[in-house]
Amino acid sequence: MSEQKLTGAQIVIKALKDQGVDIIFGYPGGAVLPIYDALFQQNDLKHVLVRHEQAAVHAAEGYARSTGKVGCVLVTSGPGATNAVTGLLDALCDSIPIVCLSGQVPTHLIGNDAFQEADTTGITRPCTKHNYLVKDVDSLARTLHEAFYVARSGRPGPVLVDIPKDVQFADGSYVPPAEVKHKTYRPQVKAEIARIEEAVELIANAKRPVFYTGGGVINAGPFAAKLLTQFVKTTGYPITSTLMGLGAFPASDNQWLGMVGMHGTYEANLAMYECDVMINIGARFDDRVTGKLSAFSPGSKKIHVDIDPSSINKNVAVDIPIVGDCGAVLEDMLRIWKARAKSPDKAALKEWWGKVEGWRARNCLNYNRTESVIKPQYALERLREALRGKDHYITTEVGQHQMWAAQFLPFDQPNRWMTSGGLGTMGYGLPAAIGAQLAHPDAIVVDVSGEASFLMNMQEIGTAVQYRAPVKIFILNNQYMGMVRQWQELLHGSRYSQSYSEALPDFVKLAEAWGCVGLRATTVAEVDQVIEKMLAVTDRPCIVDIAVDQKENCFPMIPGGKAHNEILFGPDDSPSDATPEDGMVLV
Amino acid sequence: MENAIEKHTIAVLVDNEPGVLARVIGLFSGRGYNIESLTVAEVNNADHLSRITLVTSGTRMIIEQIKAQLGRLVPVHRVHDLTDEGPSVERELALVKVAGTGDRRIEALRLADIFKAKVVDATLTSFVFELTGTTEQVDDFVGLMTQLGLVEASRTGVVAMSKGPAAF
Repeated sequence: MSEQKLTGAQIVIKALKDQGVDIIFGYPGGAVLPIYDALFQQNDLKHVLVRHEQAAVHAAEGYARSTGKVGCVLVTSGPGATNAVTGLLDALCDSIPIVCLSGQVPTHLIGNDAFQEADTTGITRPCTKHNYLVKDVDSLARTLHEAFYVARSGRPGPVLVDIPKDVQFADGSYVPPAEVKHKTYRPQVKAEIARIEEAVELIANAKRPVFYTGGGVINAGPFAAKLLTQFVKTTGYPITSTLMGLGAFPASDNQWLGMVGMHGTYEANLAMYECDVMINIGARFDDRVTGKLSAFSPGSKKIHVDIDPSSINKNVAVDIPIVGDCGAVLEDMLRIWKARAKSPDKAALKEWWGKVEGWRARNCLNYNRTESVIKPQYALERLREALRGKDHYITTEVGQHQMWAAQFLPFDQPNRWMTSGGLGTMGYGLPAAIGAQLAHPDAIVVDVSGEASFLMNMQEIGTAVQYRAPVKIFILNNQYMGMVRQWQELLHGSRYSQSYSEALPDFVKLAEAWGCVGLRATTVAEVDQVIEKMLAVTDRPCIVDIAVDQKENCFPMIPGGKAHNEILFGPDDSPSDATPEDGMVLV
Repeated sequence: MENAIEKHTIAVLVDNEPGVLARVIGLFSGRGYNIESLTVAEVNNADHLSRITLVTSGTRMIIEQIKAQLGRLVPVHRVHDLTDEGPSVERELALVKVAGTGDRRIEALRLADIFKAKVVDATLTSFVFELTGTTEQVDDFVGLMTQLGLVEASRTGVVAMSKGPAAF
């Protein structure tokens, strides 16, 4: 037999290389030692040793979201796999392509409660797009190639491959990716032309249109973002996007209304409420966007483009459903628009923009500019100015700082903004920043953080130091779990139950303990200096502790169970009648 | 009406691979859908295909969600809503054990004959009947036997197929 036999571990390495993987994030353990041994004996594939498996997945997510490639993770059995679960679900909720390889106890011990055994495929079944347990070394290569195909095709997501240790040792044959074709999985990329034609007619005849776009455009690739921009510019219609979709359309453009949803802008939410045609491209009518469903955009015809048929008519019934890849659909839409020489209703559009500009003039992101204390919004405005024109990527943790970052940092390009949207995972931002930084060594990568979120995965500073990833951790430190505190203030009678960050470390000393640069700003005057110093650090991580106003709340806000036109602008709006009983139970 | 609860019989063709049933059941439990009955067995040995027949209920929007969610499971080949797609036949098989003597025993046997149930086990004090029919027929038979010494019943749940020459 001429075919060369490889061990399972060698097959893993070869398959990853053939899939174009250059970095794998992982943590060794007993059940993956053969793979780590094979990694040791080669130089093409770089392994990044994280400090906790959850962070391995987030780092791979940061890598994937900033490059558009599949992120790759390697963890051991039992606790290694269970630690990765949060990251996997995070990637599932935000549709991020990840392949996670986990070690498993040898096949003859499976089911015997062996040391570090877990039913990994059972545990991760609802947390992954798909998963596999490979019991035969001869199906290993095929399974790995399938995993990459499933992870990146259709609506992307995490795929886990569980590999027992004896399979890693066994000799088997390798098949290259070209020879592997999936039996069943063929997501629909091109949409029905008749539907797109119907949509184009509706779009052209709209009087009060709005584009509502989401992460689907980002996932469809930079080409889709370019097509979206082209189409929106061609129509002259206003556009808003979800948290996940920021950057698909340039925020510096005048047609951009800012983000939609619970902490979205007044003009975006009102445009959604009062529009007559809603053009949803790659968003999923999430509860953070719709608010009270029965009062969601009551007078509009809705077009919904999504590659996942299960997203359509899940929360909101739509008039024209279009199943397909956002890029492919936008391409067809533009082509049909031009072929039919469509043009918008200029008079109606002018009137509509007049209304929108009226809402915009409300200047809903305004805050109390004071010299006495650093407002978190001010710190982000200064960061925005300092980053202007520089090649940069932003990640965030979860909470108030995340929403402020979405409101105050502008994104003109896709793949520059990485945040945990669907799952809302505190501790996401630092490892994601490391993943993005390793993919873009010369760019500036800033993790906009809160002090509580930072503590959740701060062990990853060690990873950043080891791999000389000069990530900037920009902590808006208000000594509270700010969003929890905000809800307690607005909905629970200001009873701040367990939301105060007691016993915080000195973040500057913490940075120094790791050999990083630590900086602190406690006055308004210090903010610019600290940002300047932070950006000057290029050879190691930098932790910036910004002591911000402890009581600042994130506005505008649509309280749970309320409609888009019932938005709160600030602390002067009465919260008591703001949230109905049925809204209280919503998260 | 939009919020009326509908009952649908759905046939799903899946790869017969480990965990596929868990994926389907997990989908229903995780998303809070109803399963009224579910049957599964391999139907194509050469291609390792299994057919799952499930009966579920929900509003029209939920039924559409169920089909879309089933459709996006990676090992699923096809999802067919037999209730929506025209006339179909549905059958269930039941084993029904009845214990008793004298008149009740004779009456049980007489009713079994009317329902075309077969006797698959008999002792001097008991019968096991095998009955194939629609869910309603099986319900009726079990209901009658309850009054005549029903000891236990075991049912397969519904299997179904569209009428006419077209294949799944």
